[in-house]
This record gives sequence, structure tokens and C-alpha cells, in this order.
Amino acid sequence: MYLIKKKSVLHQSIFLMDVVAPRVAKYCQPGQFVIIRTDELGERIPLTVCDYDRDAGTVTIVVQIVGASTEKLSKMQEGDYIHDFVGPLGCPSELVTDDLEEVAKKKILFVAGGLGTAPVYPQVKWLHEHGIEADVIVGAKNKDLIILEDEMRKVAGNLYITTDDGSYVRKGLVTEVISDLVEKEGKKYDLCVSIGPMIMMKFCVMTTKKYDIPTIVSMNPIMVDGTGMCGACRLTVGDEVKFACIDGPEFDGFKVDFNEAMERMKLYKTEEGRRLLELREGDTHHGGCGNCGGDN
Amino acid sequence: MAAPGFERVAISEQEPAVRAKNFDEVCLGYTEEEAVVEAARCLNCKNPRCVQGCPVKIDIPAFITAVKERDFKGAYDKISESSALPAVCGRVCPQETQCEALCVRGIKGDAVAIGKLERFVADRAREEGIKPSKTAESNGHKVAVVGSGPAGLTCAGDLAKMGYEVTIFEALHEAGGVLTYGIPEFRLPKDTVVASEIENVKSLGVKIETNVVIGKSVTIDELMEDEGFEAVFIGSGAGLPMFMKIPGENAKGVFSANEYLTRSNLMKAFRPDSDTPIFRPAKVAVVGGGNVAMDAARTALRLGAEVTIVYRRSEAELPARVEEVHHAKEEGIKFEFLTNPVEILENEEHFVRAMKCVRMELGEPDASGRRRPVAIEGSEFELETDAVIMALGTSPNPLISSTTKGLETNKWKCIVADEETGATTKEGVYAGGDAVTGAATVILAMGAGKAAAKGIDDYFKNK
Repeated sequence: MYLIKKKSVLHQSIFLMDVVAPRVAKYCQPGQFVIIRTDELGERIPLTVCDYDRDAGTVTIVVQIVGASTEKLSKMQEGDYIHDFVGPLGCPSELVTDDLEEVAKKKILFVAGGLGTAPVYPQVKWLHEHGIEADVIVGAKNKDLIILEDEMRKVAGNLYITTDDGSYVRKGLVTEVISDLVEKEGKKYDLCVSIGPMIMMKFCVMTTKKYDIPTIVSMNPIMVDGTGMCGACRLTVGDEVKFACIDGPEFDGFKVDFNEAMERMKLYKTEEGRRLLELREGDTHHGGCGNCGGDN
Repeated sequence: MAAPGFERVAISEQEPAVRAKNFDEVCLGYTEEEAVVEAARCLNCKNPRCVQGCPVKIDIPAFITAVKERDFKGAYDKISESSALPAVCGRVCPQETQCEALCVRGIKGDAVAIGKLERFVADRAREEGIKPSKTAESNGHKVAVVGSGPAGLTCAGDLAKMGYEVTIFEALHEAGGVLTYGIPEFRLPKDTVVASEIENVKSLGVKIETNVVIGKSVTIDELMEDEGFEAVFIGSGAGLPMFMKIPGENAKGVFSANEYLTRSNLMKAFRPDSDTPIFRPAKVAVVGGGNVAMDAARTALRLGAEVTIVYRRSEAELPARVEEVHHAKEEGIKFEFLTNPVEILENEEHFVRAMKCVRMELGEPDASGRRRPVAIEGSEFELETDAVIMALGTSPNPLISSTTKGLETNKWKCIVADEETGATTKEGVYAGGDAVTGAATVILAMGAGKAAAKGIDDYFKNK
């Protein structure tokens, strides 16, 4: 059992938790992920590491409510225990494993979309701590969905914020900011790291390809065990089939087949929707979820 | 009925039509009377050939003699001397090719039902709360075991009995390895059988730490250098699923048997109160002919699908246990033998709609000694299905070998280990089970765990 040491609500659907997990905190690196399970019959939920404190033995996760399992987690409070918390899983970001001098020569642009800000943060922070300042674009639907702004500002070189509806700073998509930076401000980047919803990463890659900026993306497909055992997370990368859990989660964005990956994400959409409905309606629930038998 | 003694006592099973709709155990086990009558068939041979057929060398005539005398505790103690998982082995061991294959009774009539008797004894012990007895005092030496499957549990149990302080590290949230994630409830009940056998191993003093992925959460070198473990046994299994590398394999509705079974067995997706979803279409095709293929097919059947097993060789070559094939057929699973998929076809929403297959014929024997299946030209046809489950075998996960200094692997990524002692190329590190042999059986993994426990004990004694 893993203690929730701190919880803060970042938005009505997004929350942050510091969880006591000494083994994970000791070894985890930016880019890696954990899998958690709230209770005995809970789903295994993969979540990218947002931060860690090796001395305190805690790992920070940021979660958005997207289904029944994340909704259950959102109901847990400081002092509660998460049933299972395993990691670190996946490979660390190449930025932290490559030769530091080589990395320092590169001008790096991070593009974070929505919840993707959480996994981008530890990478930018790590670079900052190693004397490398990277530019960061953070995009979200609206002002309320911009998370970790203060934290990011402390570690980023330039921080560019944009919202789809224009409710905060710029108006427009992250891809428009990339184009503005390159075309209007004459910025040159040697590497882009893009993390966010698959559709955002797909369009981000289409944009950076135009400017010939190699781009790393972090894939978050359906997973079960997270150790290479089930193959649910398989993706087509170039000519090869890769498992996001052990070969990734970060891949060369130019090679990822996003259309296939997005299709595969939809597999359990109906089941997930039903499950959430059942959970939210609680005692008043009377069918429609496909689980309770009430609709048969 | 034939002359008394030539036929084994029949065992009760759930009716096929009933069990095809539930996840309860198929085989119901012997009653006390049935067990005693069956035990009486054992001739108590002076030179018991059955024991030679047992990878963990259970003193079979001795435990059966105890059953005859209704001394069920005595029978359990006898089995426990050699096996940590009798209720598991009584259910999933291929006795028909091991102990029972060598039984003298089998020359003229049925072999003694050794497996079913073992199961009876273990179940009776569980019902009566009989635990295995710890034999030695602690010797203060710490040993780490990687993986809590059959190899790891056996190795840990044996070492604990010799006085070692053993900690098992398990990557998943529940112990048991393939017993928990792989073999379905209807063959091996989890809460009763598997959980209680794991509790028995723990009652010997073995600690189990779940949610630790060796090679990620901590490495073997760190366990030995920083955490005070003087020896390590690797029983991490063969976890990586194989796919066919045919077009359409990433369509929605194509799963590895590992994924499908893990969802149902480990995550309990077959239960309405589980949060984990499982795909429940009308038609399912399972590719492969081993026990895992049978397990996946019979799971899909119980989840409401019409199921076809597609196997590239003929029925005679099926690697699955005869009993499993028989059960699958009884339950209404269809077989397409000498058939091989060449492509998976999707509908416009990228869900599986059919599998394009070719008919095969058997040619010259291949390296395995079985006749090699060869595609018949022009025999392509479409098999309509909504899902495809690939049960083609598994290979060892390179997570441990790639993060441990000095641990040699062969070209199949299997850890190189001495068959007698389990010793690897790294001092103090032993290995056994599927991680060494590639995918095999529960009992062979247990045999390897047992051998390694002895190897580790000898290592300490000669240090």
C-alpha cells in the first residue's frame, strides 16, 4: 500500500498527488512512467512521472479524470493508501541518458498539450538543473486547463502559453505557436519533444517535419502489465512493431503511425463510458452500463 | 465395467453445457471414498517408476499408501517434502506424460490417477487447515528470488525449509506468476487453490514483495551490493508474447493470449465488478495449439463467443494436453486443423472482420521431429471472426539479462544456466524455469526451482 502524502486539485478534472513509493522514487528518471491501481478490483492505470523526491521517497503524478478508474482515484485524499504503485517503467528520456555535452549543444523546444505538461515538466527541470535552458510551449483548451504554470516558469527558458479559446495569453493551437516561433521570430531548434494527446502530437509532428526539426513524442496507448508481457500497447514505428511499455514510451515522432495508434485507443471506449456512467450514477443507476444487468 | 482394478475411478466434472457458461472449476475432484478406492489400485512397487517420471521426485507410493490408510495429513506431509504446490500440480501437471505414463498399472489398463489423488490430498489439507512444516532454524543468509511463479515459489519454499531468509520480488500486483495471470479460474481456482498454496510458502517464512520490477525498480547487482542478498534465483519466466508478423495484426480485436488471459485471470475482467474491460465479440478465432490456446479459447467461450481454434498442423501434433483438448471439444469449441492465417482483414472502422487463412499439408519432418506444415497453393479462404487471439508462444523478457552484469544469455534470450544446479555465468546468481528453457510447463519450472535451491545451498556450504 502506498500513502498519498499530498493532494492538490489543479482543475475540476485534474489533480496532483505525491505518493510515498521509495523504490520508484530512488530510480525513476524523466520520461518514465508508473502503473497504479486504486483498489482490489481496480484497473492498472499507466501514468507518466511528473516529479520525484529521492530523499522523501515520493513520486508526483498528475491525473485527469477520463474514466471510472481515474474518477475513483480522484476521490482518494491525503492520508489514503493506493493499493498498488509500480515502476519506474519504460525507458528514460534520451535527453537524460545521452552525453550531456551533446545535449547541451542542442536548442530544444518542448511542446506540451493539456495534461502533457506533467510529463514535460521533469524533463525541462532536469535540463535546467544541468544548466540547459529549453523553450516550452504549453497549450490547453482554456485558461483553467493550463497546469503547473508557476513550476514550469521557474525551469523553462522561454515559456509560451496558448489556449484554444484565447482565454489566456495567446489564442490558437500549439502548432501555430511553433510556426510563429520559427517563421516570425526566426528561432532555430535542433530538437522538439512533444507530449500531449495523440492528435496534438500527430499535428505537432506534421509541423516540425515541415521545419525539419527532429521530434520525440511520448506515447500513451492502452496497457495492462507495463512490462512487455501483454503487447496491448503495440505501435507501428517505421517498419517495426514496438511495445510502448518497454521500447518507449518515447519514440521518433516522424516514424510513429499515429492513425493506427489513435484507432487502437478507441477499442474499449464504449465499455469505459458505461463503467463511468455506472460509477457516477451510484445507487440511482438502473441500467445502460452493460455491467449491472439492469438493461438486459 | 472391466475387471476390477484395471479401470481408474471416474472423476466428476461439471456438465459441458453448464460449465461453458461459468468460470467455476471444471473438474470436481474425488470424494474421500473415491480417493481411497483409487489409492488401493496402487501396487506400491518396490522400484517405483512413477517417481522417476516426476520432475520434483515426490515419493508417490508413500503418499498413496497414506491415502489408502486414510492418513491424509501423512499423505500431505509426504508430498510436501518434495512439492510446495501440490494443489496446483494435481490440477495442471501433464501426469499422463510423466508419473502416470510410467505407472505399471498402465501396461494393462489405466494408470493410477496419481494427479487426481495428489489434488485430493492437497485440497483435503487446505480444508483442514494443515500447513507444511518448517524444518530448519534460520541460518542468517539472505537470498532473493525474482518472480513468484512456480519456479520462484518452489525455490523459495525449499530454501526457507533449509533455513534461508528468502524474499521474493514480483513485478505484478499479485503473486503466482503464470498460475495467477495465465491459467484460468476454471482450471485453477485463484482464491482457494493458488492463494492458499502461496500462503503456505509464506508460512515457511518467505517474504513476498509485489510491485517490484527487477531491472527497473532495482537491479540484481544492487540487490547483492546494497540490500545484502548473498545469492539470487531468477525465475522470471518467459513473458514476451509472439505475434505472426502478418498484415492487419494491429487491427482492433487482435490480442496476444497473454493480454487476453491477463485481463480475465489477473484483472478479473470476467467478473462484472472488475474495472478492467475485456473484448466480448460474437466470434473469436484463436491461433495456436498449446495449452495456452485452449485456455484462451475456453475463456472466450465462457464470455459468450463462438470460438474456433486455428492450428497449422494436424490434430495429432497438438501440443496441448489431451484432457484440455477433450474438454474444449466437449464445450463446443471448433477446430480448423492444417490451417494457417496469412492476413487479418479489418472493416471500415478498423475492427477485425475476418482472417484470411491457407490450408496446409504435412511435409518432411522438421527440427522438432514433427512433419513440417506446408501451405497448399491456391487454398486461401476467409474465416469470419470479430477477434483473433494469438497463442503462438512466448520468449523470455530481456529486462533482467540486459541490466545484470555478467549474466550470459543464448540466442533465444534465455539465461544460460547449469541444468543440475541452476548456476548462471554470474557468481551467486542462479536461474530456472521458462527464463532458462523458454516456455515450458509448471512442473518443469518447479523442478528447476528445486534443483537451484539445492545448488544455492551447496554454494553457501562450499563458500
